[in-house]
Amino acid sequence: MNALLRPAVTLFLVLSLITGIIYPLLVTGIAKVAFPEAANGSLIVKDGKLVGSALIGQKFSDPGHFWGRPSATSPQPNNAMASGGSNQGPLNPALVDAVKNRIDALKAADPANKLPIPADLVTASGSGLDPHISPAAAAYQVDRVAKARKLNPTQIGELVTKQTEGRQWGLFGEPRVNVLLLNLALDDQQGR
Amino acid sequence: MSNHAWVLLGLYLVVLLALVKPVGGCIAAVMEGKPHCLLKLGTPLEHLIYRISGVARDKEMHWLHYALGILLFNLLGALAVYALQRLQAWLPLNPQAFAPVSPDSSFNTAVSFATNTNWQGYTGETTMSYLTQMLGLAVQNFFSAATGIVVVIAMIRGFARHTVTTIGNAWVDLTRITLYVLLPISLVFAVFLASQGAIQNFDAYKDVTTLEVTKYDNPKNGPDGQPLKDEKGDPVTEPATTQTQSLPMGPIASQEAIKMLGTNGGGIFNANSAHPFENPTPLTNFVQMLSIFLIPGALCITFGVMVGDRRQGWAVLAAMTLMFVAMAVTAMHFEQQGNPLLGKLGIDQAVGNWEGKETRFGIADSGLFATITTLASCGAVNAMHDSFTPLGGFVPLWNMMLGEVVFGGVGSGLYGMLVFAIMAVFVAGLMIGRTPEYIGKKIESFEMKMVAIAILVTPLLVLAGTAIAVMAAAGIAGISNPGAHGFSEILYAFTSAANNNGSAFAGISANTPFYNVMLAVAMWFGRFGVIVPVLAIAGSLAAKKRLTANAGTLPTHGPLFVALLLGTVVLVGALNYVPALALGPVIEHLVLWP
Repeated sequence: MNALLRPAVTLFLVLSLITGIIYPLLVTGIAKVAFPEAANGSLIVKDGKLVGSALIGQKFSDPGHFWGRPSATSPQPNNAMASGGSNQGPLNPALVDAVKNRIDALKAADPANKLPIPADLVTASGSGLDPHISPAAAAYQVDRVAKARKLNPTQIGELVTKQTEGRQWGLFGEPRVNVLLLNLALDDQQGR
Repeated sequence: MSNHAWVLLGLYLVVLLALVKPVGGCIAAVMEGKPHCLLKLGTPLEHLIYRISGVARDKEMHWLHYALGILLFNLLGALAVYALQRLQAWLPLNPQAFAPVSPDSSFNTAVSFATNTNWQGYTGETTMSYLTQMLGLAVQNFFSAATGIVVVIAMIRGFARHTVTTIGNAWVDLTRITLYVLLPISLVFAVFLASQGAIQNFDAYKDVTTLEVTKYDNPKNGPDGQPLKDEKGDPVTEPATTQTQSLPMGPIASQEAIKMLGTNGGGIFNANSAHPFENPTPLTNFVQMLSIFLIPGALCITFGVMVGDRRQGWAVLAAMTLMFVAMAVTAMHFEQQGNPLLGKLGIDQAVGNWEGKETRFGIADSGLFATITTLASCGAVNAMHDSFTPLGGFVPLWNMMLGEVVFGGVGSGLYGMLVFAIMAVFVAGLMIGRTPEYIGKKIESFEMKMVAIAILVTPLLVLAGTAIAVMAAAGIAGISNPGAHGFSEILYAFTSAANNNGSAFAGISANTPFYNVMLAVAMWFGRFGVIVPVLAIAGSLAAKKRLTANAGTLPTHGPLFVALLLGTVVLVGALNYVPALALGPVIEHLVLWP
């Protein structure tokens, strides 16, 4: 047993040092030099104030802003200290109730809208921090945002198109719009 | 299935199959100590490590010593992770001043990461310090992956060698695979992840001022610190507002890389690979999926190279790939069907089942990820499996029940599959009345006894564990969804733990003493209850003569054997679970689509 114990303990310590200290420090060094913004969290500064991360969704309920994916984090939505989804199964009555409430909220904010409501706008995301919505979900909200901002819907639509990303390399994932970046661009446009 | 889903699956297969050959050859070279570009560069460091550790690198081990060494190394890992969690409050790199983790949760997590399960009962962003993550959890991501790989290499040596008593040196094997395979690939992968937006720093969490004020209901706590409940048992809340969002930070990219490459799957954050800081873009998602199957697939090639007959490796890989394609198509198809209950509310379900999925990944990239992460014993998730459609969620459960042998965990997948291959030739041998042989080795009663243990230990742990949990009040208390889905949550938890997968129907509240202990037991025996018999088989095979194939030998590299192997995996591996599956996902499906 002793013949095994010494190599086991020393090897454990030496390899821990390599994989647990040197390796993460090396990656940090490379990342901080090569991709400092990304390594630090893709943070957004506006007027000298930290207003968010381009990768982390925020809660929007003002009719003049685009709304993001519903978030099931607790206690507040989009709580980055407790990422996660609703974990409601497809048959769970609580899921159906939650979706009903979200439909009602969307309709109450824009009663005249007759477009079909896109699924991603009423279902909670996996992380609870999803920064994106589908282009259809953005299109659904254009009239409401235009009305609230007293702007021409075409003008808003153009901004949405500009902020829309296609599939990455045309192959991966889904087309999407970053809600925080879109809302920041809207606010900038009106000098808010 | 959408066109995008077909393109994605096709592309995935092409890139994966193009990568496994060079990587598999490289692993064979490293483990046989043959000249290799990285080997030259690392040899001084490697030899220095042996000198410090007192490892006699030319001295090989009997299988029993090999097994003891592996057990000891993993036990040290579990102890280290336990200690780091309990002591983190007094250790450096804890900018959020996290308290020590509770004893039962620390125990569960220590076992979980030492066994390559990486089941998580805790919420990473509010529990683990940076030091615990990088020096405890990430190190185990390396070591448990290395353990799986060296065990399968030892087993392959059992086939490749003849009439010897040793199967290699555990210390040399562990060091080589870590230095020459896991570390270099992780380094490149981590830098790539960081380039796409995965974070990598040691800053304290950042408070940002959000554009809008968020209104929410804050649960009230009583004087005892416990949440208050009204007469109906619902939590009592008070209206609250906030304009602050705290963003977690940390050395994420470095840990994320080995988390995927080593089929570990334990997320740094609670949302795992659904979290934008772990898996920021569809491209990182694709590369993460590739990295899960890379080593398990490559090891099939390593197997072929080391036993001197590449066709044997391709046959095993072909069996795995066929099952993978069938499962991927099933998952993506059923997720695309959406949820009829939401369809009734006027939400178009042709776009698929979006609950619990990220917009950047959508249906196809989530369904494919779920298939890969559960066929391999990775268990990282980029979408919440709990919210999958009944049959979409059946796929991950079924995949784990196959025993994590279709690709499977790094190393553990292939040794599990080779155990099934021995089973398959045994069954075929019985049918044609000949002594079974595999790769020139006679399969006799000792090997079959070990095969029986290795195959039966996981179903026993899963079914007994689930049965106990559904009978115990503490087990029922963890359920979050009503009806058949609640049963599925418990079945999923034990299946995931005993098969060392680590994913969850995450609604279950498993961070309780009951589940922490029960699942830790399932994880430990699900891992080492297989590793020890596998090493025993390796030792026994190495001692045998190698027979040359003759006209009466069942060829084990053609389509017939591939079919036989798949049949054995499905019949022996998964049919144990059919009654349990009928109580969960099958009932749910029939309720939704009567």
